[in-house]
Amino acid sequence: MSPEPNGERPDGAAPLLEVRDLVVHHGQLRALDGISLRVLPGEVYAIIGANGAGKSTLLRTIVGLHSPTAGSVFFDGKDVTRVRPERRATRGIVMVPEGRRLFESLSVEENLKVGATYSRPGPWTIERVYEMFGWMRERRRQPTAQLSGGEQQTVAIGRALVANPRVLLLDELSLGLAPVVVQRIYGMLPQIMATGLTVLLVEQDVSQALRVASHIHCLLEGRTTLVGTPASISADQVEAAYFGLASAAAPGAAPEEGEA
Amino acid sequence: MAWVNAIIQGVLVGGLYALFACGLSLMFGVMKVVNLAHGDLAVVAGYLAIGVITVTHIPVLWSFLVVVPLMAVLGYVLQRTILQGALDRSVLATLMVTFGLSVVIENGLLQFFTANSRAIGTGLALVSGSFSIGSQIQIGYLLVVVFAVAVIVLLGLQYFLSATKYGRLIRAVADDREAAQLAGADYRHVFGIAAAIAFGTVALGGIAYGMYSQLQPTTGTDTILLFAFAAVVIGGLGSLWGTLLGGVVLGVAQQIGAQISISDETLAGFIVFLAVLALRPQGLISRGAQS
Repeated sequence: MSPEPNGERPDGAAPLLEVRDLVVHHGQLRALDGISLRVLPGEVYAIIGANGAGKSTLLRTIVGLHSPTAGSVFFDGKDVTRVRPERRATRGIVMVPEGRRLFESLSVEENLKVGATYSRPGPWTIERVYEMFGWMRERRRQPTAQLSGGEQQTVAIGRALVANPRVLLLDELSLGLAPVVVQRIYGMLPQIMATGLTVLLVEQDVSQALRVASHIHCLLEGRTTLVGTPASISADQVEAAYFGLASAAAPGAAPEEGEA
Repeated sequence: MAWVNAIIQGVLVGGLYALFACGLSLMFGVMKVVNLAHGDLAVVAGYLAIGVITVTHIPVLWSFLVVVPLMAVLGYVLQRTILQGALDRSVLATLMVTFGLSVVIENGLLQFFTANSRAIGTGLALVSGSFSIGSQIQIGYLLVVVFAVAVIVLLGLQYFLSATKYGRLIRAVADDREAAQLAGADYRHVFGIAAAIAFGTVALGGIAYGMYSQLQPTTGTDTILLFAFAAVVIGGLGSLWGTLLGGVVLGVAQQIGAQISISDETLAGFIVFLAVLALRPQGLISRGAQS
């Protein structure tokens, strides 16, 4: 079976990234249970869900750090399910991992240089990253441990950008950062998108995801509970999908959809 | 004066120990492999040099140009095949695999070359000659050259790690293998390069040892590996220059021990080793300073 859980989206366009019936196990635990999604070129596709819903597992499987038990990942029309992670990166699937994961014994600039080592041709260079973030040029010789969390996250994004990805995967950018910093980081997204990128992001902060995404995909315990555009789905539906309430009977006044 | 002589000899032999140790430290730092066959590979390089010299009659120093690259290639190949296979299972598996490798190498050498000890005869004044300072201090050219080579190797390694593409990748992979993969780097290839460097440097050490002293099939584990471990631990795990410092401290301790009584040479070295382990387990240069 290959269901197309695409809400009210026209299916005519060829997806840049497609996941079909993905099943992933962590040992005995079925972390993902038949997930399918299609990411069209140029969109911001947001995956939301509570802790343990399988969001990060999904991204890690897409970049190749986990092997699926079943199902497949297609990129630009080609099956990449068995392709090694570093080969997927050089083809244009690049992830900013959860927790930033900078190289701690390398300076800011060296981190960017590692990102650029196997880059595809494209608009992003270290120089361009410096133009976008002036402070980074001044602090390029510093070890990344001396940066604040938000600055580290920005370097991690820069390190991914200089590889010139076609699809950029962002795993929990907001994790451990102050709301104002999160706002600023998501505020850069339009500039980044303007260079022709496609973005697939995972976010626990639902209001943030709804603000930036062109498409929302909600996971609950490894299953898809809701798919649609932010305009087409109500706060009640999101809440029901997020917490696993019976989706039909949504109570009247929707409280804040943000959660603990 | 005899004590001054002992210290000078100890410092110089420390360069040799640094050549033994830096590859061991690099492989542990980058891929967390404790290569128990490290010393045996030095001995293999020594025997290879003897073989190359005997068969081709090339000048002794040229044998370095043949054997060191050969060992580096062997390092890359072994890492990409046997060692990577073990790493994919667990870090413990690498211990067993390298131990097995050590046993195989030693017995292979015994089989082919017998248990007789051999030296790399050079006939060069550079190697056998020495110069004197005063009446009691006599310094062999060979140890001075080896010490200089060790410093050059470490400088070169430092430059390589800090300023080149693959050096940067080696450090990145040592920090976070997965994040390096996400940047498109195949860590297995990077591991192979690190192993090539480790095998190349210990090959230098092995040939130098063959000129300085004598090689037996068991020299790899009963001397070279032990001294390399001691130098790494004394200097500080993961520190490049720490291997030189550790080698020098070990060398000086041994020479001073020998000055007290010739049978105390090895003992003195290991007493210092144990003292460092007990009092400053992170080593004299703690991690993070270099490499």
